[in-house]
Amino acid sequence: MSARRLHVLQEAGAPLGRRQFLRTAAGGAALATLGACGAEDFLRRNYRELSRKDLDGIVARLEKRYSEQYGKKVRVGTEGPMERVDFAYGLDLSRCIGCRRCVYACVKENNPSRQNPQIHWIKVLEMDKARGVDLVHANAYYEAELVPRPGHFYMPVQCQQCRHPPCTKVCPVKATWKEPDGIVVVDYDWCIGCRCCTAACPYGARKFNWAEPALPKEEMNPNTHYLGNRPRMKGVVEKCTFCIQRVRNGRYPACVEICPVGARKFGNLLDETSEIRRVMETKRVFVFKEELATEPQFYYFYAT
Amino acid sequence: MRRSLDPALAALVALAWGGAAAATEPGQAGAPADRGQPGAPSTAAKAAEPSPGEIQAEPPPFSEGIFPCSQCHDKAGDPARRELAFHDEVQSVFNHDSTNRWCLDCHDNQMRDVLRLASGAHVPFTESYRLCGQCHGDKYRDWRAGVHGKRVGMWNGQKTYYLCVNCHNPHSPRFKPVKPEPRPARPEEMKR
Repeated sequence: MSARRLHVLQEAGAPLGRRQFLRTAAGGAALATLGACGAEDFLRRNYRELSRKDLDGIVARLEKRYSEQYGKKVRVGTEGPMERVDFAYGLDLSRCIGCRRCVYACVKENNPSRQNPQIHWIKVLEMDKARGVDLVHANAYYEAELVPRPGHFYMPVQCQQCRHPPCTKVCPVKATWKEPDGIVVVDYDWCIGCRCCTAACPYGARKFNWAEPALPKEEMNPNTHYLGNRPRMKGVVEKCTFCIQRVRNGRYPACVEICPVGARKFGNLLDETSEIRRVMETKRVFVFKEELATEPQFYYFYAT
Repeated sequence: MRRSLDPALAALVALAWGGAAAATEPGQAGAPADRGQPGAPSTAAKAAEPSPGEIQAEPPPFSEGIFPCSQCHDKAGDPARRELAFHDEVQSVFNHDSTNRWCLDCHDNQMRDVLRLASGAHVPFTESYRLCGQCHGDKYRDWRAGVHGKRVGMWNGQKTYYLCVNCHNPHSPRFKPVKPEPRPARPEEMKR
């Protein structure tokens, strides 16, 4: 499956990476050596330059490959952004109890590597009430018999879907970009694994597959999106997409639906009747690291 | 379904590469509505159905054998406020302004199978939020708008909203602490 990847460490006998291939290929003669890999996969364009016909072909091949690999019918969606939709997320810090249900609902939905590397798109920070939002004293590794622990509050952090995303600016190959509905996405087949975006993100939201992802067949969610939760490969960066495979079909993200205290809100900023608009208009709202002018579309608020 | 999305994707590609100016044509604007999905995001569709469907969640079940209350309380009881010698399961946990309130502030003395507002009006158990809203008006307004409480389903269409009593025990409404899920692995704990 990693045939098209530029491997972090090129194993002996592994198929050539796309760039390496392009460097060494001597015209059409080399195409014959590709065999089952499929020349189209090597020579395909950036996702945003693909024609519908090309994309349909790529998706069909991916669905076939994933279905065989995971032993179930896998769907790879390519739903585009909806007209007149600008997504925003609200998280009520006065309600969050730090139970981490969202973290594992996200893992279940989005097919990240389970361990070595363990990838979580949501990180819940425990902070002292006396200090307020203070990252120096935040602890993501808290262990407790019961939460919330007295004297603490909890701040889940995930991709903030910035309006001025530093991560997309630094990508040298334009493998990550912001969609018109606000979601920052990654084309895993175009990512070269340089991790510039990971370094540029002020929120620690981007995760890197340091090794071949470990995703057990029985835990694989077969409802995927090309730019979201389809299985990843070693050497690519991934991040929260607001559950693009759900929200582009009208559903709430998985973390919203699991939250046992109703702290998570999601909706269309351009719809004046949406709950997120109500939050923006009536609550005390802030964005994380406002001073960096990233202008997140992820808003923290206090309902009480 | 992918095929029917052609125009939407074309719009995206055009937006990204052709510049925003030429991207939005009338035909493309209507495209998502053609999908025939419940949450189809079209302004036209929205005008036709002004209120997206909202479904009330099932209230949680009563304790075994407790409802209808009238099977025991067949007539009005003593209205004097007191500690009850029965209903220990409620009395033992009751913590909802317990210094000032008791059973008959919410339960009706004459008609035991319904709740009672301060006005004396009767409210079925399925609409208990009206009772809660008498005191918690701010939460009630937020809940109506979807800011307090939880909704599941479609962000742009049919959704199920949870009632006060789906999350809060009306006799002891404060959330109880829960066991958190396991902490993430520290970087040094991950093998290469």
